[in-house]
Amino acid sequence: MSSADLRDLYQQVIMDHNKKPRNFHEMDDANHFAHGNNPLCGDALVVYVKLTDDVIEDVSFQGSGCAISVASASLMTEALKGKTIAEAEHIYQQVHKQMTGDEFDATALGKLEVLSGVKEFPARVKCATLSWHTMHTAMDNDHDVSVTTE
Amino acid sequence: MLDIQAIRKDFPILHQEVNGQPLVYLDNAASSQKPVQVIDAIADYYRKDNANVHRGVHRLSQRATDAYEASREKVRNFLNAKSDKEIVFVRGATEAINLIAQSFVRPQLNAGDEILISHMEHHANIVPWQMLCEQAGATLKVIPMTLEGELDLSTFDELLTDKTKILAVGHVSNALGTVNPIKEMIAKAHVKDIPVLIDGAQAVPHMTVDLQDLDCDFYVFSGHKMFAPTGIGALYGKQDLLEEMPPWQGGGDMILSVSFEHTQYNELPYKFEAGTPHIAGAIGLGAAIDYMQGLGISNLAKHEHDLLVAATAKISAMDGVRIIGTAKEKASVLSFMIEGVHPHDVGTIFDQQGVAIRTGHHCAQPVMQFFGIPATARASFAFYNTMEEVDALVLGIKKVQELFK
Repeated sequence: MSSADLRDLYQQVIMDHNKKPRNFHEMDDANHFAHGNNPLCGDALVVYVKLTDDVIEDVSFQGSGCAISVASASLMTEALKGKTIAEAEHIYQQVHKQMTGDEFDATALGKLEVLSGVKEFPARVKCATLSWHTMHTAMDNDHDVSVTTE
Repeated sequence: MLDIQAIRKDFPILHQEVNGQPLVYLDNAASSQKPVQVIDAIADYYRKDNANVHRGVHRLSQRATDAYEASREKVRNFLNAKSDKEIVFVRGATEAINLIAQSFVRPQLNAGDEILISHMEHHANIVPWQMLCEQAGATLKVIPMTLEGELDLSTFDELLTDKTKILAVGHVSNALGTVNPIKEMIAKAHVKDIPVLIDGAQAVPHMTVDLQDLDCDFYVFSGHKMFAPTGIGALYGKQDLLEEMPPWQGGGDMILSVSFEHTQYNELPYKFEAGTPHIAGAIGLGAAIDYMQGLGISNLAKHEHDLLVAATAKISAMDGVRIIGTAKEKASVLSFMIEGVHPHDVGTIFDQQGVAIRTGHHCAQPVMQFFGIPATARASFAFYNTMEEVDALVLGIKKVQELFK
């Protein structure tokens, strides 16, 4: 039955990050940012990145969405702060693999493993990946861009 | 008194488990389920009668044509239109609105003219008009709404101007369930000679519609929301208006004669049915009308109303739940927000309990913007739903609150 599965999706860490999202603010001195939208459910967020050389000195986000998208964005900001672009790219790839059921490098994910429950809920994978796509796009561009997942 | 358990036996899809739970289907405003009578009518057509319509003298073509035209007569009777010539088969309400926009309104629309819709329209009754306004330099005007989710008609008279080329408004709101006072609105528009289109997609599954009484100029609906297949719907237009309108699409079936110099268009309603139509769909729609009329549309409406009243009472009594759309006159739809929980999460948790509801903006983003919310969770009833399923809805809300407390 379903309760166990739901607890896999809505783990305590996810509920906590949904209620109290970390790094949840605009960033005045960001040098990279992007808008992310999921038109299907109305999730909308902005990811701000401050890159110094090839290190993510600071990363934050703002917006609204379901518990999965907010928690995923919040966890992402925690995981990426202080990482190099190459390390961030590796983590981004592993998050994707985790959610699509592929083999992934668990050591690179750490706390992000709480997002693994999402793979059992295909309709929700896009909620969890919205912030990651947006971050990825932000890093690639030094001007405002929009990302859409559907 | 309807025997709901007997009716449910006619709907094979309802008898299954989803995520280990009996399916509770409460997403009827998005699309309804089909009784075996409709499924069989479509299958029988393909098994026995399939051929093209209005062509050929062979027996199958005649049978297909007879069945297709019999369905047109059923739609005419269902809506109490005057003539079969006023019923055009289309893909659905969306296509019908686009047809009216391009074929009826566009030729007479000039820069500075106005098109009047309401704040609670489905995107299908917004976007075609926006596109048209851009093409012609016209202005889209919007009837406001109240916090209860009713149309605010205090400025309606001023919104109907000598520049208004059409009033296009929904009979029943898909996001809120509000039944709009369309008869009164049609009468007021007609005083100023403004033609009126009614989007009946959410009305025809739930109530008797009498077009001669309403006196609207156009009425459109989709079959799949009223127990018929997808891809079929109907456009009603007053005969004199349809006669004046140019065809929308060109092709076979809509012509009387073709040469490279000149084409003479067919008579109504065929002028608007270019190409081979969705014959099986039309036959399925006819079967759905037979089914609804067999049960009695007023009986269906009463049962659905009882479900809506019971669900509204139970959910209103719960802490931390807000109903969006509390109009006095409502049909079928119950939109709600659970405090602190995004509707998308609500949808997943419901699905795990086998309960299908819609979560999202319901193709009515201006309604969401009005209430300052990104989305709602929406339960919508059909006559095959039961009081036990209302209880499953209430239980689902409790489950969400428990998980998110």
